[in-house]
Amino acid sequence: MAEFLQFTSSGLTVGAVYALVALGFTLIFNASGVVNFAQGEFVMLGGMGTVFAAAAGVPLPLAALLAVALAVVAGLLLDGLAIRPARQAGPIVLIIITIGAALVIRGLAQVFFDKEFHKLPGFSGDASIHIGGAAVLPQTFWVLAGTLAIFSGMWWFMTRTMTGKALRATAANRLAAELVGIDTRLVTTLAFAVSAGIGAVAGILITPITLTNYDIGTMLALKAFVASVLGGMGNPIGAVVGGLLLGLLEAFAAGYLSSSYKDAAAIVVLLLVLFAMPSGLFGSKSVERV
Amino acid sequence: MKSECSGSNRGRVLAWVGAVGAVFLAAQPASAADTVKIGASLSITGPASFLGEPEEKTLKIYVDKINAQGGVNGRKLELVVYDDAGDANKARTFATRLVEEDKVVAIVGGSTTGATMAMVPVAEDAKVPFISLAGAIVIVDPVKKFVFKTPHTDRMACEKIFADMKKRGLTKVGIISGTGGFGKSMHDECVKVASTSGVEIVADETYGPKDSDMTPQLTNIKNKAGVQALLNADFGQGPAIVMRNIKQLGITLPVYQSHGVASKSFIDLAGPAAEGVRLPAAALLVADKLPANDPQKPIAVGYAQTYEKETGKPVSTFGGHAYDGLMMLVEAMKRAGSADPVKIRDEIEKTKGFIGTAGMFNMTSTDHMGLDLGAFKMLQIKNGDWTLAD
Amino acid sequence: MLARLGPPAAIAAVILLAPLLFQSGYHFRIGALVWINALAVIGLNVLMGLAGQVSLGHAGFFGIGAYAAAVLPARYGLHPLAATAAGAVLCAAVAFTVGRPILRLKGHYLAVATLGLGMLVAMVLTNEVWLTGGPDGMPAPRPDLGGWRISGPETWYWISGTVLVLGVLLAQNLRISPAGLALGALHDSEVAAGTLGVDVARSKLVAFVVSAVYGSVAGSMLAFLNGHVTPDRAGFLQSIEFVTMAVLGGLGSMIGSVAGAAVLVVIPQVLTFFHEYEHLMLGVLVILIMVLLPSGVVPALSSLLARRRKE
Repeated sequence: MAEFLQFTSSGLTVGAVYALVALGFTLIFNASGVVNFAQGEFVMLGGMGTVFAAAAGVPLPLAALLAVALAVVAGLLLDGLAIRPARQAGPIVLIIITIGAALVIRGLAQVFFDKEFHKLPGFSGDASIHIGGAAVLPQTFWVLAGTLAIFSGMWWFMTRTMTGKALRATAANRLAAELVGIDTRLVTTLAFAVSAGIGAVAGILITPITLTNYDIGTMLALKAFVASVLGGMGNPIGAVVGGLLLGLLEAFAAGYLSSSYKDAAAIVVLLLVLFAMPSGLFGSKSVERV
Repeated sequence: MKSECSGSNRGRVLAWVGAVGAVFLAAQPASAADTVKIGASLSITGPASFLGEPEEKTLKIYVDKINAQGGVNGRKLELVVYDDAGDANKARTFATRLVEEDKVVAIVGGSTTGATMAMVPVAEDAKVPFISLAGAIVIVDPVKKFVFKTPHTDRMACEKIFADMKKRGLTKVGIISGTGGFGKSMHDECVKVASTSGVEIVADETYGPKDSDMTPQLTNIKNKAGVQALLNADFGQGPAIVMRNIKQLGITLPVYQSHGVASKSFIDLAGPAAEGVRLPAAALLVADKLPANDPQKPIAVGYAQTYEKETGKPVSTFGGHAYDGLMMLVEAMKRAGSADPVKIRDEIEKTKGFIGTAGMFNMTSTDHMGLDLGAFKMLQIKNGDWTLAD
Repeated sequence: MLARLGPPAAIAAVILLAPLLFQSGYHFRIGALVWINALAVIGLNVLMGLAGQVSLGHAGFFGIGAYAAAVLPARYGLHPLAATAAGAVLCAAVAFTVGRPILRLKGHYLAVATLGLGMLVAMVLTNEVWLTGGPDGMPAPRPDLGGWRISGPETWYWISGTVLVLGVLLAQNLRISPAGLALGALHDSEVAAGTLGVDVARSKLVAFVVSAVYGSVAGSMLAFLNGHVTPDRAGFLQSIEFVTMAVLGGLGSMIGSVAGAAVLVVIPQVLTFFHEYEHLMLGVLVILIMVLLPSGVVPALSSLLARRRKE
């Protein structure tokens, strides 16, 4: 039992990391249909920005704020300089653009930060808490709480605010949204800014557990993409459930099956889910119009 | 997809094409006439950048120093460095480029074993001496005529660790290794030498190179009856996370790490969790603690001070491997009195009593690494610093 | 007829004439790398450009081909050429088996499923050390043809160039075949194609199998050229590189596939000039190309030329 709880806590910790990154993904995808492969770079900017601002003598909370601001600026630049000028291009071209942007952000981070790994202290210390025989880091609760807070905020925003509704309308049909007077450009810009901010917050929350360097973005974006699709692309619930599920799968496979093939186990489950539910767990079935 | 190219777009396209053309022209290397070129392909970025970065800095610092003192055999050295990002295919291309385009007389580098093994055929075919900075034993076993290496092999690390365990009466070992090249290779070597070293591997777990939580694997080792010591075979940030997870789970077994964590950043990242960890490493890390009569002391202290002064970063054994490789090469060039690659190779093979940061090298035609187990020190981390364990 | 033979003829001309500019084996190696990558990208383009299906796991087939060429001769004594054929058959079989369930998925779901497939291949290649040599890879033999040892970048330049031209010719034929026309219809609208009597599932499967075989043969050639294989070649980053090559050059364009491969093989060699700014510059270039030429280098430039001519 203690073993099971330990694996669960590991799975939730890693899963919450994926979920946080996937939530940022979801917002941009909803507003613009772009799968943003530079989302992991926002997460990196959050962690690395905080580390370097703190090293320069800025108090930690302020350093974190600066890092979020840095990521938001990066998000706005990505939208303004790369996505908007290519607005007419197809989705695959936009994906390639975000891959290029990821290279640029990573390239800058490599020069202006450094290439080493860094850590941040746990928000409530690093002494583990014991729950039924499992040892859990207090930071895990911060990550889970952060996931819940961002998810709730996003849910409220998308269903209860006019801007959020405009965003969903833009996602559903850009042209129709424009016809009813929605400034779809503004909506997209907003989505990029907020997503970048969410990514940076995620980076700050997870760095005490995962450590960070300039190069962590690719893997995070990859896992978050898988998590989003597992849950159903574009659905915040799907992002959270998909992320947690992916983390739990990896942890249980590592614990009970074979640690060499834990990622393989997760992929096999992903494929099986998609074969049974081609739009993911919570995805809406889209019908092609001719 | 149909494209629409507007007039203004066309102008931009042409301007852009012109800019790329200009870059091409500017990129043509300006070659100085009477220099001797030494090439390097290192993992300056990518997952093994913690190896490639100190290696690159070391090579640059010392090539400048050598040139300031008049160069080698009256000719200045010119260093050509490429970043292979740890990718074997890129390393292969850069090795070809170094040999065919840059016409280097020797290659130092190949930060990882995968990159090194991809470069080996190029060096062998072109008959250019190649001193690798990577760990695995396959690089020099079987011996390849033009290929040498400066770090200790992973097999030696296993032997050193197991010997230390046995001395402390620890014979049942749980091993957790990364699935990257270094971890996998060291894991396999440790499994091979375990029985002859008198220890038994009773638990065997792995994790991926980018994993951020190893508690499930460590829980399994913890729950395995009879485990007396834990060995983590990996490099990079993985071992730091393993140490943090060990502390999180409250595991109190004695922990051994490999020579792959022999840089200050491991201690910084693992923090208090690293206390008490033992690892085999070159004496470089404890240079100032060596007895005054140790012949290695002046070399190790000199390199450590130079590196830390020039870069402002703590010294690691990885940069030390590059120092050893470069200096051994320069000595060989001096002895050969020529810049002929084949003559340099012959002299590298005759290296005897060369003292580097990793220990004393004695190359032979059957041993292209030339270090013995004595060059490896068992270190222990105490109060956030390296100390000699015995 | 001219439109059909134009692209292969143009590519053949470039392959024949480029060596006039070459000064060393390094240049031949770069050329060979371009042709090998281009072959894989043309395969991917059958799937993406023609049938409109995204694959983020194409490198899986590339990796299988590379390892077939290394493992089968070394461990089972197969002739390298037979090993290349065996790799292609294996890839076709894998694509055929998993193709049906996977290709029912659409858009991002298909992308992630193929991504998973590619990662599974990379994981097996990394973990099964007894077979593949593990993460540091294993040597690939130099093939021997009636006593003639095929090695050296120059030899492989000509071999890979020839195979590329053959690959282009075959892909061209596929495009104008009934199956190809069905694929084109399916690219525009699956529902419409289905209504018109196109066997959608079968057509997609054909495209998937063809693309897998192209990837495999390209992988085998890379193994022979390098004399060494590593699991990175089956990895996610390699898959992304193939997709980027296809899109940069121009989806659906044969010459575009070659151009895309050339951009991503040659430019990084030039960018070493920028040292630590190398990756930054590559990212900027990718963005610039996509923003300025969203339909890809070749389609955009050719439509530009067509306009010029009219004016």
